[in-house]
Amino acid sequence: MNFLQPIGHYVLKFFGSVGRLVLFTLTALSHCIRPPFYPRAILRQMIEIGYFSLPVVGLTTVFAGMVLALQSYTGFSRFSAEGAIANVVVLSITRELGPVLAGLMVTGRIGASMAAELGTMRVTEQVDALTTLSTNPFKYLVVPRILAGITMLPILVLIGDIIGVLGGYLVAVYQLGFNASNYIQSTWEFMENMDVVSGLVKAAVFGFIITLMGCYHGYTSKGGAQGVGKATTDAVVSASILILCFNYLLTMMFFDK
Amino acid sequence: MSDIPKIRLRNVHKAFGPKTVLNGLDLDVMPGESVVIIGGSGTGKSVTLKCTLGLMEPDSGTIEVDGENVVGLGSRDRERINHKFSMLFQGGALFDSLPVWENVAFGPIADKTITRKQGKELAIEKLAQVGMPAEVADLYPSELSGGMQKRVGLARAIAGDPEIIFFDEPTTGLDPIMADVINDLIVKVTRELGSTGLSITHDMASARKIADRIAMLYQGKIIWQGPADSIDHCDNPYVQQFINGRADGPIEMAVRK
Ligand SMILES: Nc1ncnc2c1ncn2[C@@H]1O[C@H](COP(=O)(O)OP(=O)(O)O)[C@@H](O)[C@H]1O
Ligand SMILES: [Mg+2]
Repeated sequence: MNFLQPIGHYVLKFFGSVGRLVLFTLTALSHCIRPPFYPRAILRQMIEIGYFSLPVVGLTTVFAGMVLALQSYTGFSRFSAEGAIANVVVLSITRELGPVLAGLMVTGRIGASMAAELGTMRVTEQVDALTTLSTNPFKYLVVPRILAGITMLPILVLIGDIIGVLGGYLVAVYQLGFNASNYIQSTWEFMENMDVVSGLVKAAVFGFIITLMGCYHGYTSKGGAQGVGKATTDAVVSASILILCFNYLLTMMFFDK
Repeated sequence: MSDIPKIRLRNVHKAFGPKTVLNGLDLDVMPGESVVIIGGSGTGKSVTLKCTLGLMEPDSGTIEVDGENVVGLGSRDRERINHKFSMLFQGGALFDSLPVWENVAFGPIADKTITRKQGKELAIEKLAQVGMPAEVADLYPSELSGGMQKRVGLARAIAGDPEIIFFDEPTTGLDPIMADVINDLIVKVTRELGSTGLSITHDMASARKIADRIAMLYQGKIIWQGPADSIDHCDNPYVQQFINGRADGPIEMAVRK
């Protein structure tokens, strides 16, 4: 029966980490609604997450829109249904690709740097120093990052949606030779409010996941430079998996009848 | 002097997993006194300070500040108690995302006892007390040398006029002359503020200079304490080995396990 021992050990360890994560999340949420707030810190994080992620999100979504147009043309042209390209581009971008691509790119950019920054602050005792200076590190470090994540990701995704659809338009009109006004008209026809709204709700959830994972792994890291490196990897990997997993669940919730 | 100790630790135990660090530690620090705890690396000196500050919870035992037990306090009471404390961290623990002046004035600004504008004036005043020019105020911690960072850390520790200051290895990693400068500053600022000091170090020159009373920590207990000038003719073999820095004696280094 000896082989059960390591299994039991890992099961206990797994539930231990889930418990710690849940506790961390609840603590963070409870601090989100209790003053004092740090508007300067929130603003700083909003700029870091929202403004400085624009180029990455813009580039990924524009190419996604372009390749969607190109690929669906190859698929649909055989049935002479070129008009469906606009439909494919706008639906895929607003419902799925916009939020998921933006989420994954911001994970790489922000999740990693948050984990590294908070992890370094932890191992160099800056987190302890905050406590001795009558500042709650949760309120000062974690809450601004989470609030900025939840608010900035939808804005980023909205901009990404527009750029992605524009990418599809450019390929359809200039490379595939469609009529510009017809293309725009069918884009408007096929797009529904629900598509965009569901994408933005997803974005807010992803923003929460990214910042929560970055903060959790950074805040709880230990053991010097190596610990900080591990925190960074863990933050990116766990946030990416959670994003794809929640993307499925949210799609099911919104569109599965 | 009143009879109630400023800090009173009784029978404090702390273990990390199987490893016992504090094993029934008793210590009193009287108001206005400067006590230095000496002991080898990894004997639990920092853990003692962190338990007192509430950054860690002891496994058992009592810790009193001004006669009030502080073990297991809620966060609001903890914050009230921590207003009495400040700490100079071993590595400085300056916030590297903030300029020097914001570091120094961080506590008073967080307490809202002063505005940010007054904070800068306060910072320049405190920097002057530790012998640093006003130009330093706008630099970032990463632009300073180790000795300058320690001084900024000291300025930050005294900025809130604390009743009790902890110094965690204030001279470790500094050259002997800079170490002496820091020792002089510690004596000067604690005297000017009239605050109680608790320092930990393994630097005997530093201990002799800043201590009224020295206590030696070994295997989780205080094994000797007495006035600073009595340490050279005490007959405790552990203390004698430590202050003379001999490899052989009753203290066994865990080089092999
Ligand atoms: N957060 C922690 N988790 C596990 N072990 C710790 C922790 N903090 C300190 N220790 C252990 O406690 C012992 C005492 O540490 P410390 O008080 O920092 O020593 P020092 O006397 O050099 O300041 C060390 O062996 C260290 O490994
Ligand atoms: Mg230490």
